[in-house]
Amino acid sequence: MILWFKKFFLRNGIVLSLYMLLMTFTWIVVMFVLPQVFMFDFSFRFNWTQIDPSKIGGPEDVYTLQHYKFLLFGSPNNPDPFNVVDVTVFGRTILAAVFVTLFDVILCYPVAYYLAQVAKGGITRLMMLSLIIPFWINELLRAFAFRILFGEEGTINNVLLYLGILDQPIDYVRENIALYAGLGYAYILLMIFPIYNAVESLDRNQIEAARDLGSPWWRIHWRVVIPFAKPGITSGCTMVFMLSAGALALPQIIGGPSSLWFTQIIYQWFNTGSNWPRGSAYAMSLLVICVIFVLLIMKVFKVKFGEIGR
Amino acid sequence: MSADVTLENIWIRFDDFTAVKNADITIKGGEFFSFLGPSGCGKTTLLRAISGFQELSEGKVYIGGKDMAGIGPNKRPTALIFQNLALFPLMTVWENITFSLEVKGVGKAKRLKRADELLELVALPGQADKMVNELSGGQRQRVAVARALAAEPEVLLLDEPLSALDLKLRQHLRTELREIQKRAGITFIYITHDQGEALTMSDRIAVMREGTIEQVGNGNMIYDHPETAFVASFVGENNAFHGTVSKISAGKTIVKTDAGELEATLTEGSRLSTGDKAIVFARPESMSFVNRKNSVKNVFKAKVVYQEFEGHFWHLILSGPNDKKLKMSVINSGSSHDYDEGTELQVNVNSKLAVALPSGPLAAE
Repeated sequence: MILWFKKFFLRNGIVLSLYMLLMTFTWIVVMFVLPQVFMFDFSFRFNWTQIDPSKIGGPEDVYTLQHYKFLLFGSPNNPDPFNVVDVTVFGRTILAAVFVTLFDVILCYPVAYYLAQVAKGGITRLMMLSLIIPFWINELLRAFAFRILFGEEGTINNVLLYLGILDQPIDYVRENIALYAGLGYAYILLMIFPIYNAVESLDRNQIEAARDLGSPWWRIHWRVVIPFAKPGITSGCTMVFMLSAGALALPQIIGGPSSLWFTQIIYQWFNTGSNWPRGSAYAMSLLVICVIFVLLIMKVFKVKFGEIGR
Repeated sequence: MSADVTLENIWIRFDDFTAVKNADITIKGGEFFSFLGPSGCGKTTLLRAISGFQELSEGKVYIGGKDMAGIGPNKRPTALIFQNLALFPLMTVWENITFSLEVKGVGKAKRLKRADELLELVALPGQADKMVNELSGGQRQRVAVARALAAEPEVLLLDEPLSALDLKLRQHLRTELREIQKRAGITFIYITHDQGEALTMSDRIAVMREGTIEQVGNGNMIYDHPETAFVASFVGENNAFHGTVSKISAGKTIVKTDAGELEATLTEGSRLSTGDKAIVFARPESMSFVNRKNSVKNVFKAKVVYQEFEGHFWHLILSGPNDKKLKMSVINSGSSHDYDEGTELQVNVNSKLAVALPSGPLAAE
């Protein structure tokens, strides 16, 4: 280790070496690890209403598991065996995030494949631009625009009614269809680009070889392209899953009134509930469960952790 | 089973250039046929047209008498071995080999058995469970052949499959490919820019230049009786003497060149006539030294620039008339030849072996 540092300094010079180390340190420790450690610590603390401010930092300011307990079992006078609302919302959020991820894979794999292996020069650039430019529009504007699109009197209903496909309008917002569409749309690029990167490095001859050996198109994908693109697919899936599960603005704006997103509960604890320790405990729980879930899925699909960094 | 492949007036055009110009030949069933030409001559495009990956602009491909128009590469009775082999890196050797059977829905036990048989055929037994990246270049080569044969094609197409290997292995695999072809008894169509490969393996060779097939024939014909200046200069070593035809007689001609009047044979159906620009091609081994001056025909003076001993041959670089660089090979007869640099000698060109052809583009050195 010391030798490594010595070499590093000798190779890059003192100024550049210090700069790089400082930046890496800031990026990882200051911006990432420290805030999470604070949050983690926070999640085991009493809320300010529960403890006399003068006693903070004193012997009575001990660690407590009450916030995690609350997530699982609710308040002490909760008649149910567990915290039905929060746990259900938690489960539903994970499930919905899985659904959004699957939706995005199915939607994005063909596009990524087309971009990487089929499209040529001008078409590729045009498609890339038409994928990227819509993301110049800010998230809130996009969310409210989706409300118009998916509203009861919205464009989609109007068109379907006009065409006679529907007899009466569907409330896409209430049915959460607007939310899933919105989330799916929001993370398209995060799914397309990793898959595109992976598929692009596949030797075209492999596809042709499979075809030459008599393979129909679906088997070429199943046996040759998808196994090769697996790290890219996994990397896209983890990002979309994590971000969907952690989304706040979209569920807030285009989520149905009946379906709360777990992040909204977290937000409520931090904001209106002004209970930061409880919010932290909820957020930490979401993070840990999501990470475990992702690792499990990776294990099932036999993807090594290092591969998603490719 | 092996099938004839007929190419009928095939043209393949891309936006800005024509890759294949009027290819029109029949490759017989069971034949080892090579397309030989420098890179960019259209040979790979033609191969892709036979396999179905390349659309034709004009003309037809028939395999076993059947028109292949509208039939995709996965439905043709051909198997292609790619230049980079294109083995599937995430499959084991046996999965690679039996991919075509997997496509047909053959059960695993049967596929494993077939893989073993094919590995035996390509002299690679016991490697079924390895991954492709655990094999050496030559072994991968054999797996690619086995994978193609597993599809039981009537025609096997090979796109310079040996080009990535080192010389020794390449020479070894030449013989082996030839043997596999005989055992499998199917038509092989082989693409190469290496004339040694084409000459040693093929029953017949088509030499291509800029999209055109210049000559078709067996190796011997192509080497001894080239029909165009390009073929003469591309296949094997050749010395080219540019000049003008001064006399034509039955099967023979005299061409006036820098090296004096050279007598040479005419190819059958030659269209040369007196006054035409022509090139006399003389192979290094068709030239010899003469001591006395009594033979004046086809003799000129040259100086030894460099000599190289290669066991059975002495290879000499000579400086001929007008400082023209010439190559000459002399059989090592055992007597101590030593052509010191700077020695001036009389060189004779054998008029029976020298060929006079109409002036035309030569192969790049």
